[in-house]
Amino acid sequence: MSLLHVTEVSKTFPGVRALDRVSFTLRPGEVHALVGENGAGKSTLIKVLTGVYQPDEGELTYQGSPARFGTPMDAQHAGISTIYQEVNLVPLMSVAQNLFLGREPRNALGLVDRKRMEREARELLAGYGVTTDVRRPLGTLALGAQQMVALARAVMIEAKVVIMDEPTSSLEPREVRTLFGVIRDLHARGIGIVYVSHRLDELYEICDAVTILRDGRVVHTGQLAELSRIRLVSLMLGREMTEGATAFSGAATGDGDAPPVLRVRGLNSRHKLHDVSFDVRPGEVVGLGGLLGAGRSETIKAIGGAYHLDSGDVEVDGKDLRKPTTVRAVKAGIAVQPEDRKAEGIIPTLSVRENIALAVLPRLSRLGLVSDARVDEVVTAYMTRLRIKAASPDQAVGDLSGGNQQKVLLARLLATGPKALLLDEPTRGIDVGAKAEVQSLIDELAAEGLGVVLVSSDAEELIEGSDRVVVLRDGVVVGTLTGAEVTTEDLMAAIAGERS
Amino acid sequence: MTVSEAPAIVVEDVRKAERTDHVVGAVQRQGALAVLVIVVLISLMAFPGFRSFDNAATILVAAAPPMLIALGMTFVIITGGIDLSVGSLYVLGGVLAAWASQYGILAAFALPLAVCGAIGVANGLLIAYTRMAPFIVTLAALLGARGLMRAISAEGSETYLVRDGALRRLGNGSLFDIGYQVWLVAALVALGMIVLARTRFGASVYAVGGSEDAAALMGVPVRRTKVWVYVLSGLLAGVAGAINAAKLGSGVTVLGTGMELDAIAAVVIGGTLLTGGAGTIAGTVAGVLLLGVIQNLINQVGNVNSNWQQVISGAFLALVVVAQTYLVRLRRVN
Amino acid sequence: MTTAVLSRPKIDKTWLSQYGVYLAVVLLVLYNIFFTPYFLTWSNLRIQLIQVAPIVIVALGMALVIGTEGIDLSVGSVMALAAALIPLYLGYGVIAAVLVSLLAGVAVGLINGVLVARVGLQPIVATLALFVGGRGLAVVISEGKLKDVRNADLLYLGSGDLLGLPVLVWVAAVLVLAVAFLVRRTVFGRRLLAIGGNRRATELAGLPVTRVLITVYVLCAVLASIAGLLSVARIQSSDASAVGLLIELSAITAVVVGGTPLTGGKVRVLGTVAGALLMQLVIATMIKHDLQPSTTEMVQAVIILIAVYVARERKTR
Repeated sequence: MSLLHVTEVSKTFPGVRALDRVSFTLRPGEVHALVGENGAGKSTLIKVLTGVYQPDEGELTYQGSPARFGTPMDAQHAGISTIYQEVNLVPLMSVAQNLFLGREPRNALGLVDRKRMEREARELLAGYGVTTDVRRPLGTLALGAQQMVALARAVMIEAKVVIMDEPTSSLEPREVRTLFGVIRDLHARGIGIVYVSHRLDELYEICDAVTILRDGRVVHTGQLAELSRIRLVSLMLGREMTEGATAFSGAATGDGDAPPVLRVRGLNSRHKLHDVSFDVRPGEVVGLGGLLGAGRSETIKAIGGAYHLDSGDVEVDGKDLRKPTTVRAVKAGIAVQPEDRKAEGIIPTLSVRENIALAVLPRLSRLGLVSDARVDEVVTAYMTRLRIKAASPDQAVGDLSGGNQQKVLLARLLATGPKALLLDEPTRGIDVGAKAEVQSLIDELAAEGLGVVLVSSDAEELIEGSDRVVVLRDGVVVGTLTGAEVTTEDLMAAIAGERS
Repeated sequence: MTVSEAPAIVVEDVRKAERTDHVVGAVQRQGALAVLVIVVLISLMAFPGFRSFDNAATILVAAAPPMLIALGMTFVIITGGIDLSVGSLYVLGGVLAAWASQYGILAAFALPLAVCGAIGVANGLLIAYTRMAPFIVTLAALLGARGLMRAISAEGSETYLVRDGALRRLGNGSLFDIGYQVWLVAALVALGMIVLARTRFGASVYAVGGSEDAAALMGVPVRRTKVWVYVLSGLLAGVAGAINAAKLGSGVTVLGTGMELDAIAAVVIGGTLLTGGAGTIAGTVAGVLLLGVIQNLINQVGNVNSNWQQVISGAFLALVVVAQTYLVRLRRVN
Repeated sequence: MTTAVLSRPKIDKTWLSQYGVYLAVVLLVLYNIFFTPYFLTWSNLRIQLIQVAPIVIVALGMALVIGTEGIDLSVGSVMALAAALIPLYLGYGVIAAVLVSLLAGVAVGLINGVLVARVGLQPIVATLALFVGGRGLAVVISEGKLKDVRNADLLYLGSGDLLGLPVLVWVAAVLVLAVAFLVRRTVFGRRLLAIGGNRRATELAGLPVTRVLITVYVLCAVLASIAGLLSVARIQSSDASAVGLLIELSAITAVVVGGTPLTGGKVRVLGTVAGALLMQLVIATMIKHDLQPSTTEMVQAVIILIAVYVARERKTR
């Protein structure tokens, strides 16, 4: 018997088919792993299950009868609770208030019975290994404890299904053990759990079944124990490898003897990065491999001065950056293309022209006055070179397609004349044509002598684009693929931890 | 429920964080009260004129209307909003109460409550449903309410006298030598404390300001809560106007400019975060009284320019918000 | 995890939100030409321009601040401070007095800017402190007295004519051009807009965000102090408790009605001037037609709401 079942569900957003006839079954007492890379459709599926999105096609069956959740509240009332990756509670309110918000016990006068609420909160949380003062603001608790509070709240409302979206991403190992204890208990009580995570060890420890999504489709579903790790990873990442599916030339451009243009040593950041070191030589494309949350984006941001480091050194052309700040990193010749283009990359209200010229304005102006001629020169050059399609240089960047936005962002970075170019998912969310263009651009730039660091969840892109791949797992460098090792198989093996 | 083999998450560094948090939290909540106590103690020793019971009663009477406005403002600010219209509503309420007093004390309260409440409803609906910035919506309401006040008072030249005896007694009579209005305000403040701290509505107010998205996911009626706080703020400003009219014996049309900003200052000094999600009414009471005491002291000293009060309030406000910013950061460190 | 939403809605740049304010000004002027006696007289137009000039000057600075997604409530207090300082230093000559009052603006702007950019306060609170304290200080400095100003050079600024136009109007016009130039042509202007458009991205691009923000608040305060000293020159007396009272509201109104979004990233300098003119004309029209100030205020409230509502539609993306 199934507890929650979706049949042939599809969901399309403008330009993207996020879910393509996806079917998924959760049984009572089952811990079901839901895995897939970014953009595979996990989030969309979860949102369909929890009433955030309405599917375009397909049906949802819950406890044996057809169901339709109009809002997240509908789903919650029906017994489907979700624990999000970012704890979705109110940090400034007390632990007890968070647990009981909207369901506060009341006394005869209709007033909130604080004593009882706090007592019940204490008792409840003790079961989750949290023994803190429940009157403290939630935000002052360690993240793990906050996660437990979220879990306790979710389960408290008579949940029959609990969906956990990367619940361990911010937990200490000890906290993970507690969480697993709770999950086993829920399992024993017949509650169905959808468990989203990229940590293979955890999946194999706690999950019974697995469903793998890729590009909005189910590529595998079945018992987890019957699936080898390496098979799981290749199902997640790889289409069957077709040589030359990308626009990369494949020719290695790095000069193995040249001194490194970028030298990264011992990057440490609590929970996220542990002693990450690598070199990038001029003309070399170094890929950063690993699953989501392995520390790839954090590494790139830290090098660019935009992520807090506890320790570590970054050198550009032999010059130590000391503690990198964004201003210093750009000056030293580091250009970072952040993963989240909308939030951290482009400035949507400004025109293409202004976005491209933004970081190099002082060079294009005299006495603080911008020289239109010089700006136009640079802007025209890059718009031509990157084939940026805009009605005119004066069009607002926010109006462009994703691919063109990305090219504008790249143009801004290149205009600064960087020595090292750090790209975080450069082809995410852009159309096929633009993707090929960006890929050949990376090749070209490397050929011109730039050191490039490439992060991509697309295994093909990473393998074909990189001369060398540094593999990260849980913030630790677990291997480097060089020369003939730069293949999908070796990458999968390294990520899965099955490579000697 | 119980879970087998659940190791405790609490460890030493968490304990330490807990201690820091306790201290920081206490400073944040009780800071204004502590400063108020210190200022009062020093004044008791230094200024003989301050020491009398009459003087204390004077301070309380003067603080009564600002207290009500700040009370409503506390609710609004905890939701992360702001209400600039209360100064205008206060004056409007006073004029309406004075005019309506010809029909008795009930009318004198009912009319300002109805009109100011209605403007509060308009504010709340626009803010909650069109997602326009509270700042700009209530700025428009400030102008609108001022216009309305002038329209009914012959462009501010007509001063309606309070004709109802009961209303006048409310304004000038006293119980145990403390003005009736002080008792009324104290009762409303107590009620406000209960509503904010002990009801589900109060919890919703904190949740909306703390994290609107999380609150919505947890089933808090976000929009309804927002509408209600602006209604509350409007109603309280109306009552404040009415009791002020009772005290002055007329609906004065020139007061109230900048009242909204004084109220915001008092609320912030009282430890409520302008970013929403945290704050107490006790803090606001301390904030209002502190500003009142400073004003009173400056009057006591006599030869000091009374405008020092503003300078001190402004400096105090800056100090408090800067300190708060750092305190909040300290708390979030772990 | 990112949502696979790649929606790319065309921003509906409605004609109304772009040019509505100019249209409104034109319509109002036409109405007045036909229906208001003596509207098209030189003396009337002159009065309108003189009255609107200080608001325009303050609104220019406010537009810059709003362009960075900020707000400055302290402008009225800065005007008062400038006004209070003028008579004290007039003894040392007009230039000294003007410099001192401009310096007061710089000081206030620095405090605001540091509180916003470095300490990280919300602009509304940061500037509220000086809104409250600044005017108090101004009144303290002037000892609460209204002081007559008789320095001929200063009075020329307030009531003199140059090439047939009041000096006051010339100053405002020059400042409008200067600010428009600053926004459109300079490195600083582009950076300011970038911060308002996406502060995080601007930081990541390696731009000196803190410095730019502080400069913006200093500029706004300096513009306000210019407005303050011009007001003194025009009224021929300095009254710190009255100069610039509630001007922050008029300035914000002018900026918003002029089509600059409160969400930052865009500054419409000419729109701001038109916004200020529109509000001035509304008031003038109503007075000429014997409508009460009360009606005017309610109409103003409605105009603000409409302007913001229209702008809001445009910002939805």
